[in-house]
Amino acid sequence: MSDLALKISSLEKKYASGVKALDGIDLEVKKGDFFALLGPNGAGKSSTIGIISSLVTKTSGSVKIFDIDIDEDFNEAKRKLGVVAQEINFSPFEKVEDIVITQAGYYGISASQAKPKTETTLKRLGLWEKRSEQARNLSGGLKRRLMIAKALIHDPELLILDEPTAGVDIELRRGMWDFISEINNQGTTIILTTHYLEEAEQLCKNIAIIDKGKIVENTSMKELLSKLDVQSFVLDLNQPLNNLPSISGYTMTLSDPSTLVVAIEKDKSINQFFAELSKIGISVKSMRNESNRLEELFMEIVKSND
Amino acid sequence: MTRNKEILNSLITLTVREVRRFLRIWVQTLVPPAVTMSLYFVIFGSLIGPRIGEMNGLDYIQFMIPGLVMLSVITSSYANVVSSFFGVKFQRSIEELMISPMPNIVILTGFIIGGVARGVMVGIIVFLVSLFFYPDFTIVDPLLTISVLILTAILFSLMGFLNAIYADTFDDISVVPTFVLTPLIYLGGVFYSITILPEFWQKVSLANPMLYVVNTFRQGMLGVSDISVSFSLIMQVFFIILFGAFALHLLKKGTGIRQ
Repeated sequence: MSDLALKISSLEKKYASGVKALDGIDLEVKKGDFFALLGPNGAGKSSTIGIISSLVTKTSGSVKIFDIDIDEDFNEAKRKLGVVAQEINFSPFEKVEDIVITQAGYYGISASQAKPKTETTLKRLGLWEKRSEQARNLSGGLKRRLMIAKALIHDPELLILDEPTAGVDIELRRGMWDFISEINNQGTTIILTTHYLEEAEQLCKNIAIIDKGKIVENTSMKELLSKLDVQSFVLDLNQPLNNLPSISGYTMTLSDPSTLVVAIEKDKSINQFFAELSKIGISVKSMRNESNRLEELFMEIVKSND
Repeated sequence: MTRNKEILNSLITLTVREVRRFLRIWVQTLVPPAVTMSLYFVIFGSLIGPRIGEMNGLDYIQFMIPGLVMLSVITSSYANVVSSFFGVKFQRSIEELMISPMPNIVILTGFIIGGVARGVMVGIIVFLVSLFFYPDFTIVDPLLTISVLILTAILFSLMGFLNAIYADTFDDISVVPTFVLTPLIYLGGVFYSITILPEFWQKVSLANPMLYVVNTFRQGMLGVSDISVSFSLIMQVFFIILFGAFALHLLKKGTGIRQ
């Protein structure tokens, strides 16, 4: 028994149209991990998830879920898997509670057994008050939460979230992050695909970037972020400046008299920069990253693969 | 929980979902056949029927009843499965089934039971409606009647399932019922015995599979038939096995549902 929740080897997918979506990818996700699978549109993320969850037929290669080869016993592997698909995939005319209980039934759980778990899950996701409503009447954010409730009803050991927060407002998104983190802390392995790279940076321990059907980066989040050569910070100043200050070794711009943008290279200290500012009488009110760090790296990696 | 118990729970879940679906929209699924068949009974049974006289030694309205029940069973069981399975494809809720560990045979059986349930329910409703127009109707052979009723509902549910697998648009699910099923049923002895046709058209009619279904059912209900009942039953069972095996093959291959 290995410590892997997912092992993908030499996975290839060529569609009938001739498009090669996956070009022999290898990927390992450890048990208990919170793993980000990122890539631009059309990179192969959905094909990979589709193959793992049986929505797409692979051309060649192998996929093992908790050491179970999907070619040998896919149904057994599916028992360990929960998937929150990118698109809403429940009947809009059924009631919220019925949708979740029916999903449990597909996993062999009787309605009487599923009811208490359904209540707990719907309450945790703030859907219990809506349990008797037809799903079509839910808002976009609540539909997303219903997708999560459905995927969790059979207690999967591996949960795949394919852009779970797309189109969800920031408040709901943060609530979903908390909920998903809690599930991960309880031992569920999570694979997340998202276009919100800030989300991946905050939540995930390990990351793979896929582009043009190939894995172009596969490492820990910490390791990847340490590769960033230059970070840009935006400083809000207490007093406006008329001219750009002169501090050697740092590249600066004034986006307006009260906002200084500085690029700090990896081998230089931000404390040193603040000390230099203090020397010339400039005090800083607040500071933030100019753009998301992972976003910068992501763009670099994808560009270098062109 | 044993695997068999889990599979049974899955089947019960899918069946309940399917039955709940057509009961939820009962105005669309159960009422129209009752209304349409009432009109047939009024116009062809009560108004025109007495002028036609007897058919195969029976009152015309009495002769028509098994054919109209069968017409309702065929169209309802076919329509239920083709619209339900195409619906889950269209709404993408097919993904719920595919991601789950349910074996393909359970998925197929769940949809077929849904189709049979609606077909049988509609058949009973139409028969009860017919009793308003011909209260003295008695079923000659209940066992044969029920057997043909269920076999026919299974057969046409399977055909609806196959249609839905290949369908990509809503047009694709209406073409077969409109241009194939309905003409074959109407020309399959619902309203007349083929003995009234010229010899050439009698022979042509023998190539119509609906003729066998309708006449076997009429044999069960009234004890009269234009064809061999045993041959018809064997052919129904044969096509159920053939279409069932083909549907399972397509599910395994992922035709129409998996990229």
